[in-house]
Amino acid sequence: MERGTLFGFLGPNGAGKTTTIRMLLGLVFPTGGEVEVLDEPMFESEATTARALRGVGAMIEEPAAWKWLSGRRNLEYFAHASGPADDRRARLGRIDDVLRLVGLEDAAGKKVKAYSQGMRQRLGIALAMLGAPDLLVLDEPTNGLDPAGMKEVRVLLRRLADDGTTVFVSSHLLWEVEAMCDRVGVLARGRLVAEGPPSALRVAGDTVRIEVDDVERAHRVLAVMDGVSVDGGADAVDGRKEIRVRLAAPATSSSVNAGLVGAGVEVSALVPEQASLEDTFLDLVGESGGDRAEGSGGQPGEVGANDANDANGGDRGGPDVRR
Amino acid sequence: MFGVEIAKAWHRPRTWVFAAGMAVLAALPVIVLAGMHGSGQGAAFFEETKHSGLFAAVAAMWLVQPFFLPLGTSLLSGESVAAEASNGTLRYLLVRPVTRSRLVLDKYLSVMAQVAIAVALVMVVGVLTGVIAFGFGPMPTLSGATLAPAPGLLRITAAGCYIVVGLAGLGAIGVFISTLTDSGIGAGAATLSIGIASQVLDNLSTLRVIHPYLPTHGWLAFADLFRAPVAWGEMTRGVILYCAYALVFLTAALFAFGRRDVHS
Repeated sequence: MERGTLFGFLGPNGAGKTTTIRMLLGLVFPTGGEVEVLDEPMFESEATTARALRGVGAMIEEPAAWKWLSGRRNLEYFAHASGPADDRRARLGRIDDVLRLVGLEDAAGKKVKAYSQGMRQRLGIALAMLGAPDLLVLDEPTNGLDPAGMKEVRVLLRRLADDGTTVFVSSHLLWEVEAMCDRVGVLARGRLVAEGPPSALRVAGDTVRIEVDDVERAHRVLAVMDGVSVDGGADAVDGRKEIRVRLAAPATSSSVNAGLVGAGVEVSALVPEQASLEDTFLDLVGESGGDRAEGSGGQPGEVGANDANDANGGDRGGPDVRR
Repeated sequence: MFGVEIAKAWHRPRTWVFAAGMAVLAALPVIVLAGMHGSGQGAAFFEETKHSGLFAAVAAMWLVQPFFLPLGTSLLSGESVAAEASNGTLRYLLVRPVTRSRLVLDKYLSVMAQVAIAVALVMVVGVLTGVIAFGFGPMPTLSGATLAPAPGLLRITAAGCYIVVGLAGLGAIGVFISTLTDSGIGAGAATLSIGIASQVLDNLSTLRVIHPYLPTHGWLAFADLFRAPVAWGEMTRGVILYCAYALVFLTAALFAFGRRDVHS
């Protein structure tokens, strides 16, 4: 990762996201390979691990706190727990700032026991940012937040990244990652299957939805055109039929249109559709679609829930998203 | 980390419940003796307390040492690392970063510090209640000679120190078990079981050969401090034994925790 990027880390349940994060943070020992964080080797000795982690702030899975203490005291005690005296002082001095940043300044004196899930999440983010880290690692930071809170977190992370903090965010909310991240990595079965800016991850080659009056004739025309493959079709309104085609060079939407009209097919709509990140994602993780159905029992619809959220996915809908 | 541990305990209600319980137990011998007339059948210290209130502290320690202190030590040490794991705070401490060896050692030290505070509390309450009820007289020793109050207090303090050192081995066992599991209560129960089993075995005369190596052997040897002259033999052996246990199990804890994957 380059410094100052906001990196989204995607993968279905069980792909190894959390294990990867735990290895990055020195909590789980890798059986092979090496881990380097902020140019320091992670597993050489306790001293190098500590040096590597000094510039890292993290939230790993759920936030955690000593529940019988107030939010502020939790931050104080984490600040005091270790490190050189000036580092501890700096962290203590930042407590008010991070509490304000996550909007917890009014609840700082309350015991964490009495916090709502969203407040605990905010405290977790505050703790991760307490050390003004160079690298911020957050595992599903918007989990448990209401829509306004989620937006705040996205804006906050964007601002931190723009100010030079490197942010590494895992998420199962694809639209969220697409909306905020500079780069995306997709993990499936413990391997990074794709990495790049969200736009580059989309399926190359466009899909076009065409509404025609005479579907048989249209099929005959399309069958002989170069670079056109019919993907499926459906009934459209007013007795019209809809055909979905994938285009590759040399075909373009206008050449398809010209061909159909030239053969006497009435084209009432021709809509290019860009594949959403979700389609790409499900393509990339491939057959793990089966795992998804079984594995996500504990968190119903973790990936599937995006159908409702994802504007792009909503357009496309349909059974073909899972191949 | 050590300071944080003590501060966390200070703000925890259960610490104060435990302290209040200890104080009541420490006052118990005096309350019982004050209400008792004639000479009852009790441990030697209980009788001596009537002659000098200072002995109430020793009687109180005699009362809490075999069960209540091991109970507290087991629970505190057993949950030291495991409770942080089940609470989720362990991973945040480790990425803070607190190094793993520092975490284990500071946890152990904070457990032993809390045990020491509990023992000090028992002694102070014992002395205060004893002196109020029976006066600040010279202490008769178990051998018959008497001690002036000042050297008497010194020996009471020494007895307290011996008791704390006596629990050092059990505390290390507890911290070791605590690094192996995410269940604080389970680790505490396991540690307490080891303490109880050790005391039971220590009372089976057929197993006399292994007695000197049991982690609880010689826990009550602090009584030898109240003889004239002081019999150091058993206490010296005890201190060596407890320190050996502490060393072995702390090393094991550092080794086990240093290489463990933290999934909690």
